[in-house]
Amino acid sequence: MSTPPPPFSGPPEGTPRLELAGITKRYPSVVANDGVHLKVGPGEIHAVLGENGAGKSTLMKIIYGAVQADAGQIQWNGREVVIANPSEARRLGIGMVFQHFSLFETLTVVENIALALDEPFDLKGLAARVKEVSTRYGLPLDPDRLVYSLSVGERQRVEIVRCLLQEPQLLILDEPTSVLTPQAVQKLFETLRRLASEGVSILYISHKLHEIQSLCHSATVMRGGKVTGTATPSRETPASLARMMIGRELPVCEVPAFTGEATPVLSVRGLSHTPDDPFGTALKDIALEVRRGEILGIAGISGNGQAELLAALSGETTGPADTVVLAGTPVGHLDAGRRRKRGLTFVPEERLGRGAVPPMSLADNATLSAHGHGLVKKGFLRPKAAWEFAKACIERFDVRCGGPGAAARSLSGGNLQKFIVGREIMQQPIAMVVAQPTWGVDVGAAAFLRQTLIDLSRSGVAILVISEELEELFEICDRIAVLAEGRLSEAVPKQQTNAEKIGMQMSGLFSAADTREPAHAAA
Amino acid sequence: MPLLEARPTPSARMRLLAPLIAIGLTLAVGSLLFLSLGKNPVEAFGVFFIQPLSSGNGWSELMVKAGPLILIAQGLAIGFRARIYNIGAEGQLIMGALAGGGVAIAFDGVDAWWVLPLMVIAGAIGGALWGAIPALLRTRFNAQETLTTLMLAYVATFALSYMVNGPWRDPEGMNFPQSIMFGDPALFAPWFEGMRVNAAILIAAVASLAFWIFTSRSFLAYQLTVGGLAPAAARYAGFSANRTVWVSLVLSGLTAGLAGVGEVAGPVGQLNLNISPGYGFAAIIVAYLGRLNAIGIVLAGLLMALLYLGGEAAQVALQLPAAITGLFQGMLLFFLLGADVFVDYRLKPRPRPAYA
Repeated sequence: MSTPPPPFSGPPEGTPRLELAGITKRYPSVVANDGVHLKVGPGEIHAVLGENGAGKSTLMKIIYGAVQADAGQIQWNGREVVIANPSEARRLGIGMVFQHFSLFETLTVVENIALALDEPFDLKGLAARVKEVSTRYGLPLDPDRLVYSLSVGERQRVEIVRCLLQEPQLLILDEPTSVLTPQAVQKLFETLRRLASEGVSILYISHKLHEIQSLCHSATVMRGGKVTGTATPSRETPASLARMMIGRELPVCEVPAFTGEATPVLSVRGLSHTPDDPFGTALKDIALEVRRGEILGIAGISGNGQAELLAALSGETTGPADTVVLAGTPVGHLDAGRRRKRGLTFVPEERLGRGAVPPMSLADNATLSAHGHGLVKKGFLRPKAAWEFAKACIERFDVRCGGPGAAARSLSGGNLQKFIVGREIMQQPIAMVVAQPTWGVDVGAAAFLRQTLIDLSRSGVAILVISEELEELFEICDRIAVLAEGRLSEAVPKQQTNAEKIGMQMSGLFSAADTREPAHAAA
Repeated sequence: MPLLEARPTPSARMRLLAPLIAIGLTLAVGSLLFLSLGKNPVEAFGVFFIQPLSSGNGWSELMVKAGPLILIAQGLAIGFRARIYNIGAEGQLIMGALAGGGVAIAFDGVDAWWVLPLMVIAGAIGGALWGAIPALLRTRFNAQETLTTLMLAYVATFALSYMVNGPWRDPEGMNFPQSIMFGDPALFAPWFEGMRVNAAILIAAVASLAFWIFTSRSFLAYQLTVGGLAPAAARYAGFSANRTVWVSLVLSGLTAGLAGVGEVAGPVGQLNLNISPGYGFAAIIVAYLGRLNAIGIVLAGLLMALLYLGGEAAQVALQLPAAITGLFQGMLLFFLLGADVFVDYRLKPRPRPAYA
């Protein structure tokens, strides 16, 4: 994993590919970028490190022309430029893979890519190129699939492939590896290194410090909109990088042993489900058991039945009663509200629009799932109780926001996640299902969330975590199973397995998936 | 190059300003309209907005017209918040009028206190049932309520036409398509001699209060709002999507049906082909103009009623065509929808061009 980056000869005598000077961007409530300087040479892989809200994404959007800076200069290959919009950025040779994807759901993969090309295209030829490029870079894609049916992970592949097709001189990647298997990460890194050796500059945003160390030649660290330092990652340790980034020591999770009786709480048996969505993944004879005091992790890449399994567990889709059993009671036929009443809470992958109603206040969002806890009385809302609930949640789970009256969509991803996790915990569940607990969340918040989940499990709650981040699963889980192609492997205590084995299991099953693909495309 | 960019948070100020901007623009364009017709705009607006309110009868008429508009709009707003678009309130109004009128005809000559309450109940049920049909079609066959409610409005019009031309035609009505005139027990008694305002306005008042409490305080209305804002969040919370459809359509049908009874048991006094001057459609504008808020709807209903009165006055005093009312209603909605864009968006500063 920690192959040292190939020697980098520093920015060659020539001019830097990109140089930013004094970039400043103010929003009504916050200064997102404050006099930022940044220099990237040709063929350099440059990391931009920082917590959520440090201003990395804003800076990248400025480079990509999606946002206009209030002040500062951008030099591109030695000439000052104003990048008015993304299509101009693309014309200059800048490609970007966004953290939040900008895809049209009702169009196919190849149509989405065609839209971003700024040039005449023929869909058939393009589809072939997409297939070719995506296979070459280990990001298999069916060009004719509709985007709405793709998982988060698959959508990201579309974004990456879309950029690669344009043969950019500068590629910006915002948290690109969260949804890849360890093997695929290595493959992507090979791709990126090859691109770099061909002279392509890469701006790499990530919070995974070991990735930055193994991949990047140099790093710019940001905190609170300002550059706090530059570093050569291979000469730093993860701890020293984290210190630069968050201004203190990297928190480490403590995993005490559970001393209570590990009785089963949530069990699934013989769960098969064919989704209505023709592109969904059918679940095949899923069986699992989560006990008191443990965290069961389910590894795998999105699109392998994760969404379907989560919906079946939460009650958003229902089935035969005895396929899902909660504390001895069959609940497979009950909807999400009824299961919650029996002590099952759920943190979904999509925070905005599913876990929270974006324009509603946090107080109103407390009522969304915690209404059974005194926030509603005789069919009437109790706004004061909801306000108090939200306030308690904000305080207890360190949610940084404008208070219970703040709209859900005004919070950063990490803070909204803390609020949602907190809201679900405060309902005192006996079992909790959590999807992608730290997706797009900064280091500090992620550590906090992980520790919160561990502590909750040790208090006797059964927790099931579905995550694409293997490291996270190894850090917090007691047992790990793999979901691939709608089938769930047997859960194994984490001491008896490792990332390589799990990764093999994921990709081993994937090769079987690939043989199915042509028939799928022809249908 | 898009001219607009999304605001970080929706502008609360713009949400309140939008109706005022829309009214201002409507007046401005209305002035141009009057000028082009050779009328003095100041005088025309006097006729339109001042003259109707210069007499007690004018205020009475304002109430008579505002009542049904407000009542229907309150019901519609519940559905609109949940993104259930009932645009066929006119049909539900007619079915309510038919049901209530049917009771009046069946008990013609019976002098009892319960005739009128029975009509009101029948009207509410009639409207609610007419709203339930699209709810069934939506939940059962996923047929879009936007289409089915509108189609059913035409069906209702023909049902009314059939009844007043056939079974319920007044035998002494010289073959006019109308029913008998209802007797006093089947009518809301006017409060003042020579004016038409009556107790039906109380139904709208009570309904407004009830809807205000319902929307601001009830868990059910909260669930409907969540369903409209974020359907996936409603599913996640375990709120039933089907219940949202049923509640929205049945409730708005019910209020429209009540409004229908108010008309036939009030100003109209019988069933005929002109029981509604398009209240069911105008109420859509009232609901949005009132920001889907119970109090806002009361104000918007009064304004819209004034447009009806002004339109009538303009026909008489200025010899303008009857279409003037619809024109003003249309402009108002058009400008409101335009101004509403700026609640969530703002003009984007024009970037300097690149010289790369």
